[in-house]
This record gives sequence, structure tokens and C-alpha cells, in this order.
Amino acid sequence: MSIKDIDLPVGLTPEKWYEAVDAIESVHGEKMVLQMGPQHPATHGVLRLELETDGELIVKATPHIGYLHRCFEKVCENMTWPQVVPYTDRLDYCASMNNNFGYVLGAEKLFNIEVSERVQTIRVLVAEMNRVASHLVAVGTYGLDIGAWTPFLFLFQAREHLLDLFDELCGGRLLYNYIWIGGLSHDLPDGWLKKVREFIPYFAPKIPELNSLLSYNKIFIERLANVGVIPADLAIRYGVTGPNLRGAGVAWDLRKAEPYSGYETYEFDIPVGKGEVGTVGDCFDRYMVRVNEMVQSIRIIEQALDRLEKMEKDDVQAAIPKTFAKVPVGELYFRTEATKGELGFYMISDGKQKPYRLKCRAPSFCSLSVMKEVSPGLLIADMVALIGSLDVVLGEVDR
Amino acid sequence: MTFTIEDITARLSAHLECALSLEPNSPVPLIIVPPEQLRAAANRLRYDHDLWFEHLNCITGVERAGGYEIVITLFSTKLSMMLNIKVKATGEEPTIPSITDIFPAADWHEREVFDMFGIRFDGHYDHRRILCADDWEGYPLRKNYQPPLFFHDIPVTVNVPGGHQIPVTRVPK
Repeated sequence: MSIKDIDLPVGLTPEKWYEAVDAIESVHGEKMVLQMGPQHPATHGVLRLELETDGELIVKATPHIGYLHRCFEKVCENMTWPQVVPYTDRLDYCASMNNNFGYVLGAEKLFNIEVSERVQTIRVLVAEMNRVASHLVAVGTYGLDIGAWTPFLFLFQAREHLLDLFDELCGGRLLYNYIWIGGLSHDLPDGWLKKVREFIPYFAPKIPELNSLLSYNKIFIERLANVGVIPADLAIRYGVTGPNLRGAGVAWDLRKAEPYSGYETYEFDIPVGKGEVGTVGDCFDRYMVRVNEMVQSIRIIEQALDRLEKMEKDDVQAAIPKTFAKVPVGELYFRTEATKGELGFYMISDGKQKPYRLKCRAPSFCSLSVMKEVSPGLLIADMVALIGSLDVVLGEVDR
Repeated sequence: MTFTIEDITARLSAHLECALSLEPNSPVPLIIVPPEQLRAAANRLRYDHDLWFEHLNCITGVERAGGYEIVITLFSTKLSMMLNIKVKATGEEPTIPSITDIFPAADWHEREVFDMFGIRFDGHYDHRRILCADDWEGYPLRKNYQPPLFFHDIPVTVNVPGGHQIPVTRVPK
């Protein structure tokens, strides 16, 4: 169909129409390249975005990564299997327990190591606690990006309690090296479970408070609704997983789909984006999935606590192999649900002390790759909303 | 209908008109595909309505004696099954076809494999390094990789046999 087939309003000829189109296109002709990052506070680390802008609209966004590259995979080839665990801490430094967990479970599957039920339960407990801590960072700093100071401080206060609990558990506040191949680095300290129990009634009212303070704030909703929409099929094509995929309305969670470490015995729901204030898969949905996931994690923590309080103490290091000098040969891709999505390890053992090859498939790496599809047409200010809602941690992107 | 890995291999072999080998004892089903058939195989796995491997999870490069292996990990929610495809590449500048147009998720993974192993992906629309600097020399994850002592006159800490050797002086001009 061309302009000649349309009934034009009186006074508008096709020639005038083309003239007007040419005039608009000449306005859109000038583009400017803007470098966002690598030291921009809203990029959550050292991410550089090359934005091609047309006025205030983004035409093209190219992420440049690698500023935090630490040769994780090369270093691992020079470390013995258990020595790799502290390095996994530094992948996603907001959720070190979940990284330990993923790597260790893969290695245990490769070497046919079985751990006791109590160790499994402790692992689930600490991983879920760390998930809450990680989502608190994600949600808090997201508010900060949008311009809300108070919720950030308010949530970091709650996170501080969790970090203190981890500090007492294993001596680390951020990098734990707690979950080892075949066991744990320390048994639970006396009275620690009681303190975790006390954390739950302290934390439970924080979520409704957060919702009234930030989530359903008019300005916050206006900034997020219908912005940066990632539909389900786009998310799947680009390998986006975790809360970002669930925000697009896909109920996909590896804890349910491929349960590990006894997750099939816990009761919890998978929160998905419903397009509450806008389109399904917009920034608000991804944000809200994280808020609701914290509630579900608290449910898992409660169940794990119930079980641990009934269990007899046992040796948490019983299944740790005496030596890694000779290990079974094999290769394996193992994935777990970390806080940002699917954390996969492709590990190859040639029977020696050191991994022959260890590849880490980081969830943030894949989440970031979808950006070039979503960003055209966004305002520069909305770019900040998009990056924050993807919740990327650059330690994991660059490895 | 449930598919086993043998069914998938048979279906692929019939489609590609060539014999595919299967590694029997792998914990994740693994099919070895010749490089020239990779695109046809990926297309079939992705768009066959019975298989529908729509997730590309990971692409891993591995250096083996006398060549390289590229392992592509796919997942199908329809079959709830994970599948590894292995492609072999040889030579000083090994090349395999790119599957970025079939699986957009492969884009950054392929760039990473190129960055780390120097394996070229024929037909990739944005074939650049991704983690290392654009003008970095060598491919770090190759087993015979020697890190440079200096990069743009900046000393690089190198891990050499026998301990850490930290160059403290700049190269004289």
C-alpha cells in the first residue's frame, strides 16, 4: 500500500506528505555516540555501553565487557579441584554460596561423591539465605538507580543481619568458601540456628514495608512500567534465565525442573511476571519477581530450619576425599539455579589433580547479551532502568 | 512420544544423510557432528517440532591433542532433555560455521571461544574479541599459550613455572 491509496485529509497531497517525511528524516539524521561507563554508577561495575543516540532516544547500544576479566578458566586449570572453590566465590560476589554450590555439586556428580542429608540441608539453607541477600542488593540498588535513596539503606540494614550470620558461620562476610567438595568447611556454630530463626520474624514485615515504600510508589511504577520489555520468546532465544526469564512469564526454575540437593522435598512457588502495571516482561515484572522470590526463599529457609533442628549432629566433612591425586575421568555439564539464573559448569577431568578444562556459563553474561535487542528506542534515562532490572554482576560477566 | 538419544541420532543421520557417532557412556547425551554438517544439524534440532531444542545453554571450547573440540549444549523443554553436540576443528586457524542466526544466544559464546582459543566462526556478523582487549595477542586458553611480558608498555604479571615472576621495570624505549 502506498500513500496514493490512502484517502488523505483535504489539503494534503502526496507531494506535501513526502516533503514532510523528508523533513522529519533530516532531523533524525544526526546521531551522537555517548560512552556510558565503565565507571558509571548505574552500570553496577565496570560495564561500558557505547550508545548511539538520536536526541534522547537510543538507536543502538553495544555493551563492551572484559574490564574485570581475571582469567578464571585459565587459573582453574592450574589449581587442584578443591582449590577452585574460593575462585568461584569471586564470580558473582553477591551470591558466593550459590556459586560454591553449583561448582561443588557438579564436581561431586563427576566424582560420584554422596553427602549426608544434613549437609544437603545446610547447603540449601545457606544458599537460600544468600539468595535473599543477593536480591536485597539487586532490589535496593535498583531503587537507588531510579532515584530512591531510603529503600537502599533500609534493605542493606536487613542484608547486614544476613552477612553477620554468615560471618559467624564461616568467617567471611562476602566471600565464604563454605561449601566444599564432599562437605562443608565448618559445622554450624552452637546457637546459630536459633539466630537464623530470629531473623525470619525480623525480615518478614520488611517485604510489605518495601512494597509500600518502593514497589507501588507512583514514580517508581511510572519509571518501570512498559520499559525494556523482554518477551518470553526473545528471552529464550538469547538464553536469558533466572528472574529475568520468569519476569517474562515463563515459570522455569531449575530447583523445580531439575531438582538437586533435595530441593524436590521443599514447598515453594515460582513467582512469574504477570504484567501487573504494564506489559508482561517489563522492568517492573523483573523487579517484582525478585521481591516475591525473597518470600519464597524465606519459606524454604523455614522448612530447612525445621529439619535441621530435628537432625542429629554429624561430621560435615565425612565425605571429603582424602586426596584428589587420582579422580575419575569424565566430562559433564552441570547447572544450578543461582540468584541471577542458570549457573552452569562444563568440567572435564582427565583423571589428574587439576581440571583439564573448566568452563563457567554465567547467567549475567547471557542476560547482558540481550541488551542490543531491547535497547533501541529507549530513552537514555530508561537505559539505567533496563540495566538495573537485568541485575548483572560484572564479576560474573567477565570472569 | 518420548525420544531417546538413539532416536534423535537416527533422525539426524537420516536428515543429514551421513552417519553420526554417539558417545555411549557420557552423563549428558553427546553426538559428534562433522563441521560441514553443523548448521544443518542445528537447524533440524532447533526447528523439528518433535525435538524443539530451543535453549542454547553454553558453547565450550576444548583443546585436545591434535585439534580442538567445540561442545554446544542444547536443552529442549519439550523433551526435558539436554544434548551436547561436539564439533572437531583442526589446524593453526581452525574454522567452523557459525550458528548465530539459528541460535542468537550463540553470539557472545562464539565470540568468547574465538577470544580464548582462536577458533574462527565462519559467518559470524560481529567477529571480535569479547573479554580480552581488541589488540591482545595470542589465545589465552590454548595449552601452549605464553603470556606477553608487556602490554602497551605496562608490565604484565606472569605465572611461569617456578613461581611468580613480576617484571618491575618498563621496556626501555
